[in-house]
Amino acid sequence: MEPPILMPDAFPADSVGLVTPQCMAFDEPVTLACGRTLDRYQLMYETYGTLNADRSNAVLICHALSGNHHAAGYHNADDRKPGWWDTCIGPGKPIDTNRFFVVCPNNLGGCHGSTGPASINPETGKPWGGDFPTLRVRDWVETQSRLADNLGIQRFAAIVGGSLGGMQVMRWALEHPERVAHAIVIASAMKLTAQNIAFNEIARRAIMTDPQFFDGHYLEHGTSPKTGLAIARMVGHTTYLSNDAMRDKFGRSLRTGTFERGIDAAVEFEVESYLRYQGDVFSEAFDANTYLLMTKALDYFDLAREYNDNPIEAFKKSLARFLVISFSSDWRFAPERSQEIVNALVGAGREVCYADIEANQGHDAFLLHIPRYLEVFSAYMQRIADEGFR
Amino acid sequence: MRVDFEQLSQWVAPQSRVLDLGCGDGALLRHLIDTRGIQGMGVEIDNERITACIRNGVSVIEHNLDRGLHNFLDNSFDTVIMMQALQAMRRPDLLLEEMLRVGRECIIVFPNFGHWPARLSVALGGRMPVSTALPHQWYNTPNIHLCTVKDFEALCAEKGIRILHRVVLNQHDHSGALTNLLPNLFAATAVYHVSR
Repeated sequence: MEPPILMPDAFPADSVGLVTPQCMAFDEPVTLACGRTLDRYQLMYETYGTLNADRSNAVLICHALSGNHHAAGYHNADDRKPGWWDTCIGPGKPIDTNRFFVVCPNNLGGCHGSTGPASINPETGKPWGGDFPTLRVRDWVETQSRLADNLGIQRFAAIVGGSLGGMQVMRWALEHPERVAHAIVIASAMKLTAQNIAFNEIARRAIMTDPQFFDGHYLEHGTSPKTGLAIARMVGHTTYLSNDAMRDKFGRSLRTGTFERGIDAAVEFEVESYLRYQGDVFSEAFDANTYLLMTKALDYFDLAREYNDNPIEAFKKSLARFLVISFSSDWRFAPERSQEIVNALVGAGREVCYADIEANQGHDAFLLHIPRYLEVFSAYMQRIADEGFR
Repeated sequence: MRVDFEQLSQWVAPQSRVLDLGCGDGALLRHLIDTRGIQGMGVEIDNERITACIRNGVSVIEHNLDRGLHNFLDNSFDTVIMMQALQAMRRPDLLLEEMLRVGRECIIVFPNFGHWPARLSVALGGRMPVSTALPHQWYNTPNIHLCTVKDFEALCAEKGIRILHRVVLNQHDHSGALTNLLPNLFAATAVYHVSR
């Protein structure tokens, strides 16, 4: 009998456990959609699971606005929180690492180690700051495809993403149809609505009008527009939740103060203190220029623009089979936006499964443990594996 | 009451595009994919059934059919199938027209309310019929628009819908001489293949 393997019991059994970020450097210049060229860049990424012998079981995770390459597991034994999509990635989870090899990069322009506005511009020796090229979703698809090339992955069994990540998934399916077997688009849209762009613009104005912004060159001034970034996050966070979710979570509970007659002291609602805390934490950990860049990429994305504004014509170019998921209370990426994707796919004669998940958590739902969501997601992924990743 | 899939399959051309409204766990589409190589798509509203379709490898869209078929283009399918669901629709007449807009041909399966036990229940028992085929009470039944074979054919005539084929089955899902002779009285289930 083999001796029992000693395992650290710090992590749950369905976690990928301890993970180490990796970095890939690229020397081949990339010409971006804006026309500018980056001669060299690097991408941080993490992988979970094992690539099979015929390299057919790879899954690419595309992150959203504030995401990064740390999608699952823990960096240290004493990490309080796992990666941002640990709910869905791990042994026995929807993206089952016992069956799939998962790749999650930090997008170009990010602020977690991939080349971005906070990196040094080799031409000036100073941080890029506001001079970093504007990026579009297709630039991420292009750089992710080069990462895949270098990892020896010709075709992904699935490319998966929520929100801005879902936009990358759809763009992948059009740009590299033969490299995507399944496209999984969660809480996303083929283009943002005016209301959605408006929220992004409020966030950007908060950052750009912060006196510490210095036209995007705050790092050279040894500072950063934390106040503006925190407000931007507060706006974003509010719109990612639903009215019901906020009522359930905070109601009108008071953190401090009282409405008692005769007492003139400041009153603070729980929701105020929560948002302020979230904003402050975020502004310490995230780069304001990256936030601007990501929201711009969101706004500019229009799947069918170059296909005569006809999404059916666009999707005719794809060869992937699709799973589309929306959440009933998501008003930032409403179910109607997902249904537009589904209708276009059906019109284009593509295979598609669609589920609208009843959930009151708003846009954030795609990151959360919602039983029916995980059930649908799992069923689809299991089918991919059972069919031999075709 | 499960109509033999073979009964329907004969009207479905190999490699054609098939839309199944109220597709359940996707068993019929799975059968048609496996035996006829069709490209199938199901529409369902029930959570568990949607997951079952996904497990069966059948394309399925969550959609409430009472909101119509506005999400499907004209003539985008060769055949549109609806098994045991027409009678649960808010406006079966409008949906039938929608089905014939989206598909070239339609296959519809419904319980015949003119079946003699149902008539007996109302006429002699004085109660709304409850059977294995229609197991609900009047107040909780999803079947809000039950019709008879005659009713359905009258609707088709009114709307200029052509009946290409009709198969009528008794309560044991068999086609018998009596059932064929007097379908409105002896058919438990009616299967229609129609087109414009």
